[in-house]
Amino acid sequence: MQFSENWLRTLCNPSLNSDELCHLLTMAGLEVEEVEPVAPPFSGVVVAQIVSFEKHPNADKLKVCRVDVGQAEPLQIVCGAPNVVVGMKAPCAMVGAKLPGFEIKAAKLRGLESFGMMCSANELGLSHDHDGLLVLPDDAPVGENLRNYLALDDKKITIKLTPNRADCLSLTGVARELAALTGTPAQLLEPLSVAVTHDRQRAVVLDAPEACPRYCGRVISGVNAKAATPGWMKARLERCGVRSISAAVDITNYVMLELGQPLHAFDNAMLSGAIHVRWPKPGEKLTLLNGQVIEPATNMLLIADEARPLALAGVMGGENSGVSDDTSEIFLESAFFLPDAIVGRARALGFSSDASHRYERGVDYELAQKAMTRATQLLVDICGGSAGPVVEAVSVAHLPQRKAVCFRPARARKILGFDVSDESIHTSLIHLGMRVADVDGILEVTPPSYRFDIEIEEDLIEEVARVYGYDNIRPLPPKAPVTMQACTEQTRPVHRLRRLLAAQDYQEVISYAFVEEAWERDFAGNEDPIKLANPIASQMGVMRSTLLGGLVGALSTNLRRRASRVRLFEIGRCFAKDASGAPVEGYSQPMRVAGLAWGPVAPEQWGQASRRVDFYDVKRDVEILLGGRAEFVAAKHPGFHPGRSAEIKVQGCVTGFMGELHPALVQRYDLANAPILFELSLDAVLASQVPAFAELPRHPTVMRDLALVVGNAVTADALVSGLRAAAVEIVRAVDVFDVYSGKGIEPDQKSVALRVMLQHAERTLEEAEIDNAMRALISAAEREFGGRLRA
Amino acid sequence: MENLDQLLNDAVAAFAAAADINALEQTKARFLGKSGSVTELLKGLGKLDPEARKSAGAAINRCKSAIETALEARRETLRSAQLEAQLAAEALDVTLPGRGMGRGGLHPVVRTQERFETLFRSIGFDVADGPEIEADWYNFTALNTPDNHPARSMHDTFYIEGAQDVLLRTHTSPVQIRAMQVHAAKYASAEVMPELRIIAPGRVYRVDSDATHSPMFHQVEGLWVGEDISFAGLKGVIIDFLQRFFETDELQVRFRPSFFPFTEPSAEIDFAFLSGPNKGRWLEIAGCGMVHPNVLKNGGIDSQRYTGFAFGMGLDRLTMLRYGVNDLRLFFENDLRFLAQFQD
Repeated sequence: MQFSENWLRTLCNPSLNSDELCHLLTMAGLEVEEVEPVAPPFSGVVVAQIVSFEKHPNADKLKVCRVDVGQAEPLQIVCGAPNVVVGMKAPCAMVGAKLPGFEIKAAKLRGLESFGMMCSANELGLSHDHDGLLVLPDDAPVGENLRNYLALDDKKITIKLTPNRADCLSLTGVARELAALTGTPAQLLEPLSVAVTHDRQRAVVLDAPEACPRYCGRVISGVNAKAATPGWMKARLERCGVRSISAAVDITNYVMLELGQPLHAFDNAMLSGAIHVRWPKPGEKLTLLNGQVIEPATNMLLIADEARPLALAGVMGGENSGVSDDTSEIFLESAFFLPDAIVGRARALGFSSDASHRYERGVDYELAQKAMTRATQLLVDICGGSAGPVVEAVSVAHLPQRKAVCFRPARARKILGFDVSDESIHTSLIHLGMRVADVDGILEVTPPSYRFDIEIEEDLIEEVARVYGYDNIRPLPPKAPVTMQACTEQTRPVHRLRRLLAAQDYQEVISYAFVEEAWERDFAGNEDPIKLANPIASQMGVMRSTLLGGLVGALSTNLRRRASRVRLFEIGRCFAKDASGAPVEGYSQPMRVAGLAWGPVAPEQWGQASRRVDFYDVKRDVEILLGGRAEFVAAKHPGFHPGRSAEIKVQGCVTGFMGELHPALVQRYDLANAPILFELSLDAVLASQVPAFAELPRHPTVMRDLALVVGNAVTADALVSGLRAAAVEIVRAVDVFDVYSGKGIEPDQKSVALRVMLQHAERTLEEAEIDNAMRALISAAEREFGGRLRA
Repeated sequence: MENLDQLLNDAVAAFAAAADINALEQTKARFLGKSGSVTELLKGLGKLDPEARKSAGAAINRCKSAIETALEARRETLRSAQLEAQLAAEALDVTLPGRGMGRGGLHPVVRTQERFETLFRSIGFDVADGPEIEADWYNFTALNTPDNHPARSMHDTFYIEGAQDVLLRTHTSPVQIRAMQVHAAKYASAEVMPELRIIAPGRVYRVDSDATHSPMFHQVEGLWVGEDISFAGLKGVIIDFLQRFFETDELQVRFRPSFFPFTEPSAEIDFAFLSGPNKGRWLEIAGCGMVHPNVLKNGGIDSQRYTGFAFGMGLDRLTMLRYGVNDLRLFFENDLRFLAQFQD
């Protein structure tokens, strides 16, 4: 909400300068967002009157004016404004005046002396209007300092109100708050009663008292709708950010700003029969003031007469029933609508209004009469006319109740953690307009009708703390029992995994969790992804079920920026439809870790030949992540080269996959050559075991090499595990150390070189045992894999 | 005897003339070998009478010994010269870059998250986690934000298509409820519920995208529930954190009353550096407050016996302020030139 500081100070004027006042409001929860002076600094400008003028003899567009500035003799001033008229009043910057950016000196203009400058609003920094001199009202006193006359030493203050503080959506509300905070009494307006001079009235029927328990209406006859809004009111409205429209509308806006009560002025001639506040009937239509034609939803409360809907209650008036220049009789509405009956309605229609903003948050339900009187007073003063009686329809049973809230000072001290005195608590609450009854040391506190946010003890504790000042509460380190935190070895900390990946030359990235639908198809074969109902853009429309898309996306980004080598990882959540998903039913949301390597295996360097990273390089990285627990099984994956893709199992469970990106995708995503990717379940990677000690062997180990020729289809894994299964006990390890195919080996075969480690637990091995063990391995190879010893 | 002096001089000169060990050993033979000069002299002793033999023998042996000393000295000189030469030949250009892999690094926001976790672990906080696709009840209702509450319009929410009341969490606060429920259930029959101290960092989502907003960003939630938890304690913890995180006491921190449906009293936290480029500017850093009794109830905790405080901070914003990053969007563009600046 934006308001004029001067206006506020007419209602409550503590001895604080502007900065102090703004700081106080901010620190009380009425955050001051912006403070802007109404006019830039200038001096030496007075109200002046043009006495006479004649054309400049040496210049077509200049006029030589005689100007009364309240001195004994008029001044001669040369002026180029097009709107100069004899008798008009306008600002004059005297010789010596300081204007924004320049100083006025006596000067000769085209040969004639000029003792000052007549000013436009633009030259004074008041607006961008530079069509001519700023025209002042006829009754402006000649010679008066313009800053005083227009009250320009004022500031526009904008506060950002939280939704609970609707009571501060008016000057009165802010003044009340200021009074409570400073102890300076507020001079709140008590409108004089208005003489009722005719008895024309319009009946009001509350058809929906659960939504509108109070509605006041009054007929004001004989108004001049064309009357001009007085300058002081225009200025105040402007400084509150409200545009002047017409006197009647300006008055309703003014009272809303002053008191916080939205009002609506109908043209009484356009209404027929009684006013009904009711829910819509099927098929009804209403054209709103903003031109929007709506078919009100069943939860949109209407103001209607006996013929048709007139307005969307608490939100916006309708076309063809509001005041116009031709209006001579006004029906003025001042009503209370319950927040629940208004909230969300304007938003559902795609706009917001000053009225709905207030009603949604809560308008003082005891304010309608007072605001009606105030508005009537202003209408009669400005537009003339005479007031009829106020018709008030009220359903007391449906009005909000202000229940007493129990407040224990000891509880307040416990929650706030400091010793606020009983007296200070009592004073704060009274200053805030609460009724306080002390029942054996427990306070029964009844909030005023304008506070919608005081329902429980904690709400009052906040009020006490606010008035006391949060800043005055001394920070204290909390006291807590000291106990140790768990430090398990069953899982590794995720940040350790990150450091491990970083040490293996992978850079962490963070990608959006919502991705292009095509990514899900390409990288996960997912034809049924989780879709967002309201994505921010179509390429962020579905939730990812794999991290691969984001990594490939990041690769593309970096290739566009001419990266020559890219290695990335991400740890993040993936999402899939899953009827048995937990904790949110219908969705599984596992954390996963994925990596991508593209380009040379190592950074380009002098000491090592460059070669492209391949499957086995990345497999080593994955093996390091999973320790010795991983098992790789050839398996197809929608995103990978079918012959270069593996499922990764730990203890028989699939925990991830790795592979080279499918050539079709390399082309589709314009990657020049294929990245190697992996993705694993984070839980599986973090799982860890407490190491268990095993006795060190006391007897020497023996190494033997074995070269076997087997068919190409025999995998290393199958061969090694087959041989291990067939081996005698003294064979401790069988590892592949070379694979050869080519000259000397048939094309469909390969030679696999194995290193066999043998050892006896209790004694040194004898040569014969070793030979037997090796022979057993060779015959197992022949028997199970059709292999033979390489010659 | 002059012959012997001459012989020694000759030998020293000849040894000095030998350029390497091989040449030296050949030169040695000329003097000390089987038919070398010294050997010949010794052989010639037999022709002398015993008296002369004795004195000549002693002189020849002195000469021989001097030649051997000279030889050994020359050998040593040549050996060390050879080693010097070898070492010189083997010298490396130590300024050439090291060989092998490069190294990666952590994302800057994660770097902040890790520091955050370390600081709060040091005062007994555990790290908790919650789902990102969340039920409306946890994200709003349980946090005292029923349907149509004006506070809901402060969060522009992504919803899941075809699902009733399922959304992308708009803040990390739903983790509060989940953590309280688990904690309360675990200690349901305990005389005194142990304190609950958690932080919950994670990704959150709002329908908002411009220079200063990202539709996905990072928050961290903090929650401390116990029998003696106060607003003064909240202030103490937050101020302590900011000073440790920014590694300076040159900070001003202020707590401003604010409104969140799930805390009462509520505050917005601003801080200002007393030096540096942001000197004197109030920077919004967090929302916080005492946990609303309805929220404690929804978490299964007795709100009369226990009180708690909670806070929520933006990890991205903390990272920007800590490292001087001037554009939020950089965190999600994954440009390696940016990310590499934050390697350890």
